[in-house]
Amino acid sequence: MIEIKKLTKQADNKLILRGIDLSIKKGETVAILGPNGAGKSTLLKVLATLIKPTSGLVKINGLDLKKNHLEIKKLFGYLPHSSLLYDHYSPLENIVFYGNLYGIKKAEERAVELVKEVGLSFFLNEPVKNFSRGMIQRIAIARAIVHNPELLLLDEPHTGLDQGAISILNNVILSMKAKGTTTLMVTHDFKQAAEICDRVIIIKNGKIVDDFKLEENALNFVSEKYQLQVEGVS
Amino acid sequence: MTLLKTAFLLAKKDLYSELKTKQVLATMIIFAGLTILVFSFAFDPANNTTKAVIPGVIWVIICFSGILGLNRSFLSEQRNDTMQGLLIAPMDAQSIYLGKFIANFSMILIVEIVAIPFLFLLFDFKILGSIPYFILVMFIGSFGFISIGTFLASLAANSKSSEMLLPLLLFPITSPILIGVVQATRIMLTNIENLASALAWIQLVSAYDVIFFVLCFILIDYVLEV
Repeated sequence: MIEIKKLTKQADNKLILRGIDLSIKKGETVAILGPNGAGKSTLLKVLATLIKPTSGLVKINGLDLKKNHLEIKKLFGYLPHSSLLYDHYSPLENIVFYGNLYGIKKAEERAVELVKEVGLSFFLNEPVKNFSRGMIQRIAIARAIVHNPELLLLDEPHTGLDQGAISILNNVILSMKAKGTTTLMVTHDFKQAAEICDRVIIIKNGKIVDDFKLEENALNFVSEKYQLQVEGVS
Repeated sequence: MTLLKTAFLLAKKDLYSELKTKQVLATMIIFAGLTILVFSFAFDPANNTTKAVIPGVIWVIICFSGILGLNRSFLSEQRNDTMQGLLIAPMDAQSIYLGKFIANFSMILIVEIVAIPFLFLLFDFKILGSIPYFILVMFIGSFGFISIGTFLASLAANSKSSEMLLPLLLFPITSPILIGVVQATRIMLTNIENLASALAWIQLVSAYDVIFFVLCFILIDYVLEV
């Protein structure tokens, strides 16, 4: 699904990504861990076509990121720190707008269905500006999956969510996984990573320092690996 | 999705936002109204020389109220990083530019439709020239000003002092348009015998419009990168 070879990204004089080599199969749910400033979000932004890489090759579904960016944009759903929602618009208006941008047929029906799925159907026509952080994040999730993406790029999706919202988000990720969606999730939450991911990548100073598969209930294993690689504790 | 279809979707979104919030258009119309009032106090409408300042007043209103709208056009996409939402959608940067241009152009046309009759009314101005030609001049002048302004607004939006930067960039680049349309407006409103001269100004402005519209359309790809 994703092939990355010798990917580098330089901003001003700082090398943020230093030769990332990564291959992710279709249907995998991958957590990207690492300290602040390691380049996790930058990697996600490169995949989301928001920033252009300095060098290297990125292929998604066999399509070259540089040459086929329009086709690639149809494939992924991106959930960054910000909600990407219009404050004065209701959840319905926001999702219908994005649905139309992605060329979804019956965008309104799809929007109603998604808002129901994230448990906010009661607030369908309320402006988003009146919502709490958790509610906004739920609508943001609905926005990210409006076009049934084959690839989900999530940047710290659990931050600031209550337990109910976390469980809704996890259910969405797992149901997308059941449909064969590949998920790439940048997170600092080891518990969530151990719960829903089947592979973990640790990035430090713009390089992948560890890449391992996860068994069930592997929270301690993830913590140990992280401490070993990032904090140097053995 | 075609370029035009996504552009119209974006323009519709911006105009619908405006309908809901009533922030930009109301400010533009109030500004235009206040400018006309101040000019009507400053110049005696009964005096014949006052008629000479009308073309200038029209374009002062369009320029400054236009800048109010242009400034908000891309800054509004910074809240919640909605610009990223547009950039990751399957459309070219050109669609975003075109969508924003259509929305800004529609808003300036509304301001013109409201403000210019009000100006003529307050100054008791009777058009001695040609109304269709006058409308043509307004159209091509506004087109050039807004197409360049939309591009520069996208550029200035990345700056911390974008509201100051936009006029600084916009006025030098649009000065040939402004000189041409003020001259053409003057001839169309007061001295239609000089039509040939006005048509020459219109041709100059039209050529400038086309060149800069195409340039902005091509260069927007480099400006909208995160």
